[in-house]
Amino acid sequence: MNAEKLDKLDAAIAERFPQLRRERLSDALILHVEPKGLVETMTRLRDDPELNFHQMIDLAGVHYPDRELPFDVVYQLLSVYKNHRLRVKTAIGEGHAVPSVISVWSCADWYEREAYDLFGILFSGHPDLRRLLNEYDFDGHPLRKDFPVTGRYEVRYDETQGRIVREPVNLEREDREPYCHTL
Amino acid sequence: METQKTEFLNYTVNFGPQHPAAHGVLRLLLELDGEVVERADPHIGFLHRGTEKLLEHKTYLQGLPYFDRLDYMSMICEEHSWVLAVEKLMGIPVPERAQYIRVIFAELTRMLNHLLFLAAHGLDVGAMTMFIYAFRERERIIDMYEGVSGARIHAAYFRPGGVARDLPEGMAETIRDFCDEFPKKIDEYETLLTNNRIWKQRLVDIGVVTKAEALDMGFVGPMLRGSGVAWDLRKAEPYDAYDRVEFDIPVGKNGDCYDRYLVRVDELRQSNRIIQQCLKQMAPGPIKSENFKNSIPYRKEMQNGMESLIHHFKQFSEGYSAPVGEVYAATESPKGELGVYIISHGGTKPYRVKIRAAGYNHLQSMKHVLKGHMLTDVTTLVGSIDIVFGEIDR
Repeated sequence: MNAEKLDKLDAAIAERFPQLRRERLSDALILHVEPKGLVETMTRLRDDPELNFHQMIDLAGVHYPDRELPFDVVYQLLSVYKNHRLRVKTAIGEGHAVPSVISVWSCADWYEREAYDLFGILFSGHPDLRRLLNEYDFDGHPLRKDFPVTGRYEVRYDETQGRIVREPVNLEREDREPYCHTL
Repeated sequence: METQKTEFLNYTVNFGPQHPAAHGVLRLLLELDGEVVERADPHIGFLHRGTEKLLEHKTYLQGLPYFDRLDYMSMICEEHSWVLAVEKLMGIPVPERAQYIRVIFAELTRMLNHLLFLAAHGLDVGAMTMFIYAFRERERIIDMYEGVSGARIHAAYFRPGGVARDLPEGMAETIRDFCDEFPKKIDEYETLLTNNRIWKQRLVDIGVVTKAEALDMGFVGPMLRGSGVAWDLRKAEPYDAYDRVEFDIPVGKNGDCYDRYLVRVDELRQSNRIIQQCLKQMAPGPIKSENFKNSIPYRKEMQNGMESLIHHFKQFSEGYSAPVGEVYAATESPKGELGVYIISHGGTKPYRVKIRAAGYNHLQSMKHVLKGHMLTDVTTLVGSIDIVFGEIDR
């Protein structure tokens, strides 16, 4: 988005949501919203003829383990009629829930399930908050920063027991010296 | 005499994950009333490889090949989003020739993808011949992939700041010859399908999605255009050389499977037009950014110059550092908007990468769209949305 368009969008947003914090990047505009008023804000963003954000393009969770509110939920909104984009961010603590925007955009369904699956972010008002990408009995939330990239468990077929067993990941091999401990 | 009443219970059918018409590993739970779908629940994740987590542990250059493996039917278009995002984050300029090469290969990839769509969609609906016809042309495009990158499928050809190497000798002519012949081949496909009575009976008025529904369900690309919204990122937010070429955006009217088919066929013709214009406008010049702090030095210089060797060593061991910030870059991949959202906290690896897959919303909309359709229409619809599980499951 060019600067002129951003200025226009920035002014329109400032006029309608004077109480909300805006952040201007070189090519994007970020609107910070409290989880409490999220659904109302989103509905206004969608229905206002000047803003016209009819599409929610993406929803991303982000984990900041050192922060007081460790999770960010980032919504990317798009207006195909006005050709502009907006990024909406809301921060949430562990065990608290972000209101679901499924009533505003029905495509939020899977995005929220995905964020729940990968980060453990809860969404209140979601009709069917199950895991989506991982298996149904997966332990933990893999995109959190404290989750190891190798995973915690590995599964293999055990011939002596005649069944599939789940064990903690063990990457050490007897025939191989670990060559680098920092990796 | 008493009349006897019989009640039939609905029954549930598992469509996939190993079903030839499921386009990979889709598991669709269908609740059927006779032959009519009452409820559909897609289950995904069978191909989940944790690409987003892996990218957090890779440098920006190492992350690139993972994108080929997302949507493994439109490989180079996925790379395109990643390189655009990285360039935006670090402010790397792209020389003109590289922009043209990228557009040419992005459009060839669009052909590759849409040809597979035609082939597989035809096969789903029962038109076997289409498969063989489309694969004949796909083979030639894959040969061009091999010519520039050495790999037939997972090219890893684009780089932040340009492309890996220049077009080899004779490649421009090969592409030009192909483009001269290709419109005739599209006519061939159309004689097979467009006015074919069976094809129309199976596609027309199946899976109708209105404009408002398409926006609400987050449709992008040909699915959105099939519903009558003229939205194309190549026009709306032109990247690389797209603002220097002329092309039209095909738009559907009714938003059914047939319209989406027509849109994709017309996109084949538009891609052909774009490539021909690019070949005309292209001039010799550098093919990657020549600031070798964040662009790979030329092989020849690396073998002779100390500085290039240092740059090369740094980039392939530590990687180049990105400034603190966040970017969202999107391209019009053959399936729609493919977005990459990078959050960088400085350093050589991204803090968080979110990939916005194009087919994700299309698949989740099946829940609503399939309702009330016959079981036979399920394959038509699954074929029509053109899904590839690599990008949906990530």
